[in-house]
Amino acid sequence: MTQSISVKDLTLNFGAVSVLQKMNLDVAEGEFIVLLGPSGCGKSTLLNCLAGLLDITDGQIWIKGKNVTWAEPSERGIGMVFQSYALYPQMTVRGNLSFGLKNARMPAAEIEKRVARAAEILQIGPLLDRKPGALSGGQRQRVAIGRALVRDVDVFLFDEPLSNLDAKLRSELRVEIKRLHERLKNTMVYVTHDQIEALTLADRIAVMKGGVIQQLADPQTIYNRPTNLFVAGFIGSPAMNMLPVKTIDNGRAFQFGSTRIDLAGYDGGAVLERDNAILGVRPEHITIRTEAVPGRTIPAEVEIDEHLGADSLLWLKAEGREMCVRIPVEGRLPSGSQVHLMLDMPKASLFDAKTEQRI
Amino acid sequence: MAETVAKAASPARTNLRSDAMVGPRGAKPRRRLSGRNIMLYGTLIVVSLYYILPLWVMVMTSLKGMPEVRLGNIFAPPVEITFQPWVKAWSEACTGLNCDGLSRGFWNSVLITVPSVILSILVASVNGYALVNWRFKGSDLFFTILIFGSFIPYQVMLYPIVILLREMGIYGTLWGLVLVHTIFGMPILTLLFRNYFSTIPEELFKAARVDGAGFWAIYLRIMLPMSLPIFVVALILQVTGIWNDFLFGVVFTKPDLYPMTVQLNNIVNSVQGVKEYNVNMAATLLTGLVPLVIYFLSGKLFVRGIAAGAVKG
Amino acid sequence: MSGQPKRLLRNLNAKIAALPMILTTLVVFVGGTVWTVVYSFTDSKLLPRLRWVGLDQYERLWSNSRWLISIENLLFYGVMSLVFTIGMGFLLAVLMDQKIRFEDTFRTIMLYPFALSFIVTGLVWQWILNPQFGVQEIVRSWGWESFNFDPLNNPDTVLYGLLIAGLWQGTGFVMCLMLAGLRGIDEDIWKAARVDGIPTWKTYLVVIVPMMRPVFITTLVIVAAGIIRLYDLVVAQTSGGPGGNASQVPAMYVYDYMFQAQNLGQGFAASTMMLVSVLIVLIPWAYLEFGGKRNG
Repeated sequence: MTQSISVKDLTLNFGAVSVLQKMNLDVAEGEFIVLLGPSGCGKSTLLNCLAGLLDITDGQIWIKGKNVTWAEPSERGIGMVFQSYALYPQMTVRGNLSFGLKNARMPAAEIEKRVARAAEILQIGPLLDRKPGALSGGQRQRVAIGRALVRDVDVFLFDEPLSNLDAKLRSELRVEIKRLHERLKNTMVYVTHDQIEALTLADRIAVMKGGVIQQLADPQTIYNRPTNLFVAGFIGSPAMNMLPVKTIDNGRAFQFGSTRIDLAGYDGGAVLERDNAILGVRPEHITIRTEAVPGRTIPAEVEIDEHLGADSLLWLKAEGREMCVRIPVEGRLPSGSQVHLMLDMPKASLFDAKTEQRI
Repeated sequence: MAETVAKAASPARTNLRSDAMVGPRGAKPRRRLSGRNIMLYGTLIVVSLYYILPLWVMVMTSLKGMPEVRLGNIFAPPVEITFQPWVKAWSEACTGLNCDGLSRGFWNSVLITVPSVILSILVASVNGYALVNWRFKGSDLFFTILIFGSFIPYQVMLYPIVILLREMGIYGTLWGLVLVHTIFGMPILTLLFRNYFSTIPEELFKAARVDGAGFWAIYLRIMLPMSLPIFVVALILQVTGIWNDFLFGVVFTKPDLYPMTVQLNNIVNSVQGVKEYNVNMAATLLTGLVPLVIYFLSGKLFVRGIAAGAVKG
Repeated sequence: MSGQPKRLLRNLNAKIAALPMILTTLVVFVGGTVWTVVYSFTDSKLLPRLRWVGLDQYERLWSNSRWLISIENLLFYGVMSLVFTIGMGFLLAVLMDQKIRFEDTFRTIMLYPFALSFIVTGLVWQWILNPQFGVQEIVRSWGWESFNFDPLNNPDTVLYGLLIAGLWQGTGFVMCLMLAGLRGIDEDIWKAARVDGIPTWKTYLVVIVPMMRPVFITTLVIVAAGIIRLYDLVVAQTSGGPGGNASQVPAMYVYDYMFQAQNLGQGFAASTMMLVSVLIVLIPWAYLEFGGKRNG
């Protein structure tokens, strides 16, 4: 597989502040990669470095087999879509779309052709002669995508393109971006702090924190086998249940408060005996039992039942710990009920409390 | 007790709300003809008289003949209106040997003001743009020096500039003065443009760079069209400022190039001959006319301009 | 720095475009100031020359009665002008903030003098204060024969004459700044004060004025910087007289020694003293404004 983008030992410092440290990232051709992380994690900074809008301190950036580390943004073969759309307010939609092509001194006929094609793909044909001020948020973002489209480049960079839209439009455009990717098959690097966008769009997700990629994997792996506590806690809503446990019996079981549970079926490395471990279980990977199964269930008391429509979130207290379980609506329980929780051990994650890494 | 509570509560409340407030506020409005209102409007009207009076006197005096000026009350309107003083001030008043009136100074001022305004705004707007979007090592340092430089008394820099202009061969010429106005207009205008450009979303600039626009293309095609109001503000600020300048005009030009203010002062304060107060006032009014017209036409923009000028430093 | 061949040339256009600014700051502002300060320690007469005389120029300066009068005048005028422009400006702003009608008209009237030059200002007031035809004559013609109001021809009162004109020109501007400051204060403050039953005047005094501290400081700095430069107004209104020296100011002293008396060294020393006086105003302010921020 050919590499579309290749970042080698990229380092970026702002004065004494180190923003990105020795970062390496390879993106395959046609891949949709999402940079995900909380604000300040360096994801937008990385994207700006790829675009050439920030001069890096050290390292190299290769795009389509060319070293573009010091190339101008327009020479890198990229298109970029911004959070605030960044449409030129004094130009019409047509003017916005053709501005870059005119700067590249492209013949008028070719510009016309490309604008028409982008307008057709994005269904913004009727808007071509309007100014951005007369468009809705969704339409503006379409035009912004169109501006990347007309450049006919292999790499698209998206900087939180949907954050300024309301929830409904956001999901609509999300699907549209997905469709666009299927159709154009070009490489996309997409920055967001929204995990739903990341999980639905990405071929691979790079979860970032503190200028470092914590985990780079496909959405399923990120969700089910988070590599460390940060990734585990950042992905998923409501958050993963984190239980402080002690592994015993040579790694065959763990002790949670006064309850002992078998680790049979846990999918991971050598558990060994650890005094400080953390067991992470997602709310949907726990089932409710009315009867205790020795060595397999944890007794708990229901506190609150949150009805969400399709399903329901049950907040309970087990061994003095707050826990959350996602259950079907049919199984609703009144608060104060005594229940037993059965963990889906193959889907659980065990972390070392000190290193915060997955075991 | 209650007061302490209010004072303690106030700062916190200020922080919570920061909506831009417009329109008059203060204490609640009252009935029309209360004693308070009489006091209020009475004071304002008396104060207004103090402000209007000089303009009134200027106009009235300039419309009277000399005999009437000598006899009458300077506040009284003319019994017989004459435009002779205006004609004389414009085309016959003497400074030294020249007796071709203020018109010479007027045209000098026009010749000084137009290029100075254009050049200073051009340079400062490019500065502001570079400071916001194209920062380079040391750019903030230069800006800081520039702002602090605006507080240095001009007198400190006058002579070095004289030498500089002499070396460049433009001392005593219009272009020398234009350069001086560009230099001394730079701090405040750069600040004005920098503050304005920094309100334009940075992503717009990034998008233009991805679109392959360079330094000048972004300035001309993106920033300039979006910033017309601030250019108008700068225009008002500079036209009035440069038109009203006296010191630079005296120091950096020769008598036949003196701007209007300098020539006006020479006409009015000349010790020779009989004082023609009506002509003097007509000349004064003529000199003040350009900034006054700009002031009355621009209205709120003028206020905005001086407010922008006020936040320097 | 390997692998970054274009570093110096990157964004070359931006660097070229910033050249006028760089030259202005380095050559004129920094270079010019240093040059003048350096040459103030020489005995330059008609032309600048580097013959060191130590503090001679300063000694001569501070023993020159004309300079001493200039400083005295500037101090008096400055203090009076600061107190009155800021005091009047604030009071007028408070009046304007009472939900009055015709606010725009009043503001237009109070602000228009600010658009006029000091030359125009000085000449108009010279005429109004003219003893033969102006205010004095009019009051006398009303029957008050002994009325005396001739500030410009009396060395003891000439500064008041300048002050009347200076205030006329500048208070409208200060009023606008203060009004903007008042309008920037949260309306909830007024509501809170009213709920607590604090009288309006007291609210202004104990709540609003302290809250407007930054506006007052900014205004103070601007007005003070303007006062130190005071020149045109004096030239137009009194030419430094009466009696030759009564309304001299430092800027005039500098001009005369530099460009008329051909005693450059004196001019440089005097202008350096002007710079020092600006620094005395500026440094505490910069410390308050920026020093505080850095710590916070």
